[in-house]
Amino acid sequence: MDNMMITLPLLILFLPLVSFIILIFFGKKLPRQGDWVAVGSIVATFFFALYLFIQMILEYDPGVSHGASFSWIDLEAFKIDLGILVDNLTVIMLLIVTLVSSCTHIFSLKYMEGDIRYSRYFAYLGLFTFSMNGIVLADNLISMYMSWELVGVSSYLLIGHWFEKDSAADASKKAFLTNRVGDIGFFIGIMLLYTAVGSFAFDPIFDSIAGGDTITGLTLTLAGLGIFMGAVGKSSQFPLHIWLPDAMEGPTPVSALMHAATMVAAGVYMSVRLFPIFTPDALLIIAYTGGITAILAALIAITQNDIKKVLAYSTVSQLGYMILAVGTGVYTAAFFHLLTHAMFKANLFYCSGSVIHSMHHALHKVHDEKTDPQDMRNMGGFKEKMPVTYWSMLISTLAIAGVPLFSGFLSKDAILAGTLAFAQHHPEHFLLPLFGFGAAAITAFYMFRLIFMTFHGKPSMKDIFKDIHESPKEMTGPIVLLGTLSFFIFYTLPYFNPISDHGWFTDLVVPQTSAVPGSMTANEIAEHAHHAHYLAMGLSIAVATIGILLAFLMYVKNVISPKKLSDRFGFLYDWSLNKFYFDENYNRFLYQPFLKLSETVSWLDWDFYDKYFINGFGRITNLLSKLSGKFDYDGIDQGLVDGLGRISGVAGENLRKIQTGRLQNYLLYVVAGILVIIIIQAF
Amino acid sequence: MAELVFWFVAAITIISAGFVVLNNQLIYSAVALLFTLFGVAGIYVFLWADFIAGIQILVYVGGILVLVIFGIMLTNKIKSVRISHKSMQQGVGGAVALWLFIFLSIALSKAPWAVSEAIEPSGTVREIGILLLTDYLLPFEIISLLLLGALIGAAVLSRGDA
Amino acid sequence: MHSLDSYLFISSMLFCLGVFGVMTRRNAIAVLMGVELILNAANINFVAFSKFNGMNLDGHIFGLFVIVLAAAEAAVALAIIINIYNNLNSINVDDAAELRQ
Repeated sequence: MDNMMITLPLLILFLPLVSFIILIFFGKKLPRQGDWVAVGSIVATFFFALYLFIQMILEYDPGVSHGASFSWIDLEAFKIDLGILVDNLTVIMLLIVTLVSSCTHIFSLKYMEGDIRYSRYFAYLGLFTFSMNGIVLADNLISMYMSWELVGVSSYLLIGHWFEKDSAADASKKAFLTNRVGDIGFFIGIMLLYTAVGSFAFDPIFDSIAGGDTITGLTLTLAGLGIFMGAVGKSSQFPLHIWLPDAMEGPTPVSALMHAATMVAAGVYMSVRLFPIFTPDALLIIAYTGGITAILAALIAITQNDIKKVLAYSTVSQLGYMILAVGTGVYTAAFFHLLTHAMFKANLFYCSGSVIHSMHHALHKVHDEKTDPQDMRNMGGFKEKMPVTYWSMLISTLAIAGVPLFSGFLSKDAILAGTLAFAQHHPEHFLLPLFGFGAAAITAFYMFRLIFMTFHGKPSMKDIFKDIHESPKEMTGPIVLLGTLSFFIFYTLPYFNPISDHGWFTDLVVPQTSAVPGSMTANEIAEHAHHAHYLAMGLSIAVATIGILLAFLMYVKNVISPKKLSDRFGFLYDWSLNKFYFDENYNRFLYQPFLKLSETVSWLDWDFYDKYFINGFGRITNLLSKLSGKFDYDGIDQGLVDGLGRISGVAGENLRKIQTGRLQNYLLYVVAGILVIIIIQAF
Repeated sequence: MAELVFWFVAAITIISAGFVVLNNQLIYSAVALLFTLFGVAGIYVFLWADFIAGIQILVYVGGILVLVIFGIMLTNKIKSVRISHKSMQQGVGGAVALWLFIFLSIALSKAPWAVSEAIEPSGTVREIGILLLTDYLLPFEIISLLLLGALIGAAVLSRGDA
Repeated sequence: MHSLDSYLFISSMLFCLGVFGVMTRRNAIAVLMGVELILNAANINFVAFSKFNGMNLDGHIFGLFVIVLAAAEAAVALAIIINIYNNLNSINVDDAAELRQ
């Protein structure tokens, strides 16, 4: 049995990689461009994960954990062991990843039909799944970091799938680079921990911190914050949230997989795994980061008109919630919300994909290339035309708004209880629950705004309305599945209490006490949250109702006009619509000065150094060579070589004159020669 | 007395020889050669070589010199009496000849000649005749053949295109 | 009557004069005259040695042969000179310098 718990995860890890390799090299030549390879491998991994999940339920032990590792680098001074860790957290996460990945693959069969880089798309999906599983299964910081980077690369490749569009290419670069900024912090954090502890693996690190003498105080806080920076980048928290909305340039299934359910959740997963290393100071900063992100993104989402942008900011906001939960101590609630959010957010993306797909076809039919198929102002009244999509999307929206009987209510409630409890014990941090509840209200509002604008009311483009139709079953299948999973029941089995989150999840995923000496124990945190539970529940139902009512009044009954409101609060509306000008300010204060610096350095090197120094060398060499050439040509060639020739010539000319042809001259030479010989002989 | 005559004859010979080689006029050189040959004959007489002296005058003067004068006449434009050609490289040639003379003189005077006295014979003709036909018969015959060859050769050469 | 040396001295003078003549004269016949002088000088040598070696007549014979050969040679030489004159219209040795470089 133990063996299965190791081999199956390894299979789940490497099957998508095999699919990637096959598709990259042979994709185009396979029948149907090899999509069955991808779908087959992913669905296989889903069944393996399901098997592991069932095993976990059967065992019903919160403390179970399997692991295996091998020694990668083993030098005297330096040792790295790589391996996998399989416990309940891992199993649930694997299930999420494989489930959403399978849905994405099946959904893409129809959504990406006819795309010019069809096989490459599936190959990259395989690469992504492999890397995401790598993060999930890692038992040490180095493997996690390697997979982390790979996930970033896959994200780059997939966002930029339609790289012919400048906006897509720019968005993919932005995503990758922003991620990298976060990863700098991550790496610094890893190294701080390693130099203090001497190992990269989780358990040795936790033990060492608990021991209390290797790394403490400010260093530990900084290490924790460094590692958290990775989550800030990957999970799109303030201030590195700028990449996620732009990442919507990628295909909608990709957005569902990566930017809703899994990749952005990696930051949360990592924070949950590494919760024991965060000091109370670090946790405070984490909480505020999450809270600010939650409220900020929600405020932006109110005014967006592009359906995917609304969902993107919604994701950022919900991720902020999860981080807020980690910061206030109820990190298992964060993981719970991750689970429920994965289900309903992926579903929301698929449904929006279905709508966009339908809009595309309708616009294409009337040869309208100008209208934006993603703009909600062009939609309206799709309820009757796309019933399956409508109902599924409605269910997921109810979940995200935190309405009872749906999954989101339970997880959000747990988080809000945690923030209330924290504020009760630290009254100076009252902003945190304020952010939490405020964001909840606003979330309810804009999500229902989305539903009302898209599916209710009168259609704004009558001529294409008749062509709007439901999507094929490969697309509606995942939508139905995930919609169903948005109900509360699946998370509270074997209990049926709709207002209590007690179920298999809370039994199996039990919080550990932080390894940092002096932190509150897990029991204490749970106790406090429990006390605040009913208050939180009441408040969250209240704010959700307010939000939904407001949306209803504004977009269905038209009692309050959105236009009048936006005019009245003109500058606030502008700020919201323009994402609080984050990108513009970053550009002005960060990018441009840096580019200017680069220009200056480049000028120094190119126009100054190269021109005078290097070219100077060149000129000197040129001069020297000219001199040398002159010496060689005039001096040696003309002087020596030609000179020798000339001497020979002159000598020859003159010696020629001896051959006078006159006998008497020869006779003279003979006699003179004889005389010379006589003289020599005589002496 | 004989001493004086000897040196007088020697002087004539030498001076005439100088004339032969230095004069620019060819006829004058030929005449000077005549005197030189006569002088040489005189020296032969002093050397008790009566037969050789006679042969010298007969052959040399009477034959060769006449031939030379014929040659001169035949190869020059008769119109002008002046048959002159300048000499060449007289400076160097003169120096070389002078040096040659000096060396020869030094060599001659230093060499230890094996000299033996002799009595004056009555005449040499008889002995030369005997020698020619006994000891030196072969050279004698060969010389005659050679003379024959020379005569024929000269005749052929001077025939021209006839 | 006189020592051998004086005769040798005379003959060497004649010889050098002859060499000088051969070397310097431009006219072919003048060169021939120089050659005759050389031959005569050699003859004097032969006869002188003959007298001062106990009147050994070998020298006389040799001298006789020299005279004969000189005659033959003069005849042939003159024939050649006349031929050259007929061809080149001049007996200046400079003009017969076809071997000249």
